[in-house]
Amino acid sequence: MPIEVLMPALSPTMEEGTLAKWLVSEGASVKSGDVIAEIETDKATMEVEAIDDGRLAKILVPAGTEGVKVNTPIALIEGEDEAATDSAQPTAKAAPSVQQPQEPPQSKPEQSASTEAPQQNTAPARDEAPATHAPEPQNASEIAPGTEMVSQTMREALRDAMAEEMRRDPDVFLMGEEVGQYQGAYKISQGLLEEFGERRVIDTPITEYGFTGVGVGAAFTGLKPIVEFMTWNFAMQAIDHIINSAAKTHYMSGGTVRSPIVFRGPNGAAARVAAQHSQCFSAWYAHVPGLKVIAPSTPADAKGLLKAAIRDPNPIVFLENEMLYGTHGDVPKGDDFVLPIGKARIARAGKDATVVSFARGMTYALAAADMLAKDGIDVEVIDLRTLRPLDMETVLASVRKTNRIVTVEEAWPVCSIGSEICAQVAMQAFDDLDAPPAKVSGADVPMPYAANLEKLALPTAEQVVAAVKSVLYL
Amino acid sequence: MAAEKATRSRSAKPAKGGDAAQPAAATGVAAAFTRDERLDAYRQMLLIRRFEEKAGQLYGMGHIGGFCHLYIGQEAVVVGMQMAQQPGDQVITAYRDHGHTIATGMELKSVMAELTGRRNGCSQGKGGSMHMFAPDKGFYGGHGIVGATAPLGAGIAFANKYRGNDRVCVAYFGDGAANQGQVYEAFNMAELWKLPVVFIVENNKYAMGTSIERASSTTNLSQRGLSFAIPGEHVDGMDVEQVRAAGSRAIQFAREGKGPTILEMMTYRYRGHSMSDPAKYRTREEVQHMRETHDPIEMIRARLLGDGVSEDDLKAIDRKVRDEVNAAADFALSDPEPDASQLTTEVLI
Ligand SMILES: Cc1ncc(C[n+]2csc(CCOP(=O)(O)OP(=O)(O)O)c2C)c(N)n1
Ligand SMILES: [Mg+2]
Repeated sequence: MPIEVLMPALSPTMEEGTLAKWLVSEGASVKSGDVIAEIETDKATMEVEAIDDGRLAKILVPAGTEGVKVNTPIALIEGEDEAATDSAQPTAKAAPSVQQPQEPPQSKPEQSASTEAPQQNTAPARDEAPATHAPEPQNASEIAPGTEMVSQTMREALRDAMAEEMRRDPDVFLMGEEVGQYQGAYKISQGLLEEFGERRVIDTPITEYGFTGVGVGAAFTGLKPIVEFMTWNFAMQAIDHIINSAAKTHYMSGGTVRSPIVFRGPNGAAARVAAQHSQCFSAWYAHVPGLKVIAPSTPADAKGLLKAAIRDPNPIVFLENEMLYGTHGDVPKGDDFVLPIGKARIARAGKDATVVSFARGMTYALAAADMLAKDGIDVEVIDLRTLRPLDMETVLASVRKTNRIVTVEEAWPVCSIGSEICAQVAMQAFDDLDAPPAKVSGADVPMPYAANLEKLALPTAEQVVAAVKSVLYL
Repeated sequence: MAAEKATRSRSAKPAKGGDAAQPAAATGVAAAFTRDERLDAYRQMLLIRRFEEKAGQLYGMGHIGGFCHLYIGQEAVVVGMQMAQQPGDQVITAYRDHGHTIATGMELKSVMAELTGRRNGCSQGKGGSMHMFAPDKGFYGGHGIVGATAPLGAGIAFANKYRGNDRVCVAYFGDGAANQGQVYEAFNMAELWKLPVVFIVENNKYAMGTSIERASSTTNLSQRGLSFAIPGEHVDGMDVEQVRAAGSRAIQFAREGKGPTILEMMTYRYRGHSMSDPAKYRTREEVQHMRETHDPIEMIRARLLGDGVSEDDLKAIDRKVRDEVNAAADFALSDPEPDASQLTTEVLI
């Protein structure tokens, strides 16, 4: 029986692609592992390998075909060994192995997690559509009226922020694993090596503790390193330098030595990468005096805040999110858009309850706000953007207006950013509260791999809706 | 190229291993395999290869998610080492661990079901591709942090010494990992305390998109223990017989209480680093050349044909292996996902 070669999926989100080129013609013999075709998606080109030895019996989808759905048969391979194959078997279907997407797998796990709301939503959540549009920036004062905007992905906004600051200041340089020749493990540094050369875009060995120390040492002398961690999970190798060397030196030295350095990279849950590669470090770093911690949710905030971070004379922990890299948003055009560190943004004004979140948590918060609006509930959604220093002023002003608060984050619930917000609100606005504060967070477990468990470990918009209703006693 | 370097194999401490460390021509090396051993090695390497090909397919169909690092091309390393070990010896490795699970004798179904994140996976679906374990088979995982397996392996060896048993731990890591600081901290302790550990550097020439030359000031990783007085050897990691020979010497050395050895296995991965890999850092020709001229399975196959084993016998092995892999895949696709209650189990005991 011939084997059907199927259009492969490169990541759980890929639905279709273009069959760019056949490298083998009909009738040619192929060996398992031979590259037989190239396919393209909007972001990546990849090679399709034969999955068996045999003969490429038929090409079912000609080169140049666009919009080929994943799992469509694209060719037939006839085994060399037809007689030997177990004839009882039906036509084997097999997606070829793939190589070469330019992007690590991305998907959007979105379901229930632990809610510490007074009441808990137990209704099973459904898969939501991926958020393709990040919320718009709304602090009108930050963007002058009439400013021309461009639509960009978070990925492009981050790259532009670094490129602009590197053009502006020759002391700024980028170092990290795969930031140069490979163009960034998540393609954030695309094009930077070409523009700035090897002196300023530096590929490091896999030695986080070492290169972080090198970065901090360079910063002591006044250079302004941007240290990229492939993900923040690996910064645990280097956390000693981030805290003991970078965060404390200005204080210990009585103000004589500074560490103007930015540590950045993707933080938080990615998709299906399990416990050691999927966790949120927001609270870990927000705990540390001597650091500033930023976690943007939109391309505009990412750009404006990364530029501010690079210019800031303090050590900055800049927490990005892999799942948001591909989201689009409007970003002010030009290279002079810098946002203030330490200012939250009111992403949606409302009067019935305050929802405070940051980073990917904003996806759930804003989706919940839309759902609640349909029930006539008008929530105010605050994007913290900076986690240290926390903009409690904005949060408290909102709570004084709505008298209710729900925090939303993907991190573990114990000693989290939400815990801190709730504590501050209880201490400073107790009399303004009409209900106990509620927290929505990730589940209090290491991230599981199984698709169903992973969904259960992450928060959902439905949980946010339930938490808001609970603080409204609905 | 891996094989060129490997023929210049040397031991840092010539006293140890002696001439046996010098591999002879491609065939007929010291401690050559018997025909049955070759058949066994062939079957095992083929099983890993077919398993990985199937895993690649299941990934392409969306049944496996996240990171999935295939072992294709490196089969001889783990199979040869396992043949050098004794029952009770231990193994620890990083995320490229499917081959290790199979070589240590884990059940194929439980490995494939872990890849699909199902209930009867070896880690109950909670660990996935990078986090498989079978302590009953001496296999301590399956770790995602580059470099971590050197001290962890030394720690397993420490426990052996502490208990006074004669077990040896084989700790694997990559050429990229060989630059991590903790590897050297582990080297120092392992030699200082004469721990029964064999460090295996699986030098497949690349750490993601970075070639060893771009990341390492010195590229002879077998000598990375010299300043700690740890002997090292370069081994042709594509030749399962040479792997076993070098592995046997190092394991015996460790078992006799003489401490660690570093074996640098010159090998090559055919596939991308993980399933997503732009592969711009090497040419298609380079990969093709390795596959055509240094394939570990083809090498042993040629020797088997020379031993008088017939094509038909080899085909029969191939068929059996495919059946096993297909059965594992069927199981892994039909096994249910973990029960929702398992989300919160096993956090603490
Ligand atoms: C501490 C740490 N840093 C970075 C990574 C990301 N990463 C995963 S594999 C890898 C390359 C490792 O290469 P190598 O050690 O040669 O092993 P190979 O993948 O070739 O088997 C990197 C950088 C990680 N998992 N852990
Ligand atoms: Mg490597």
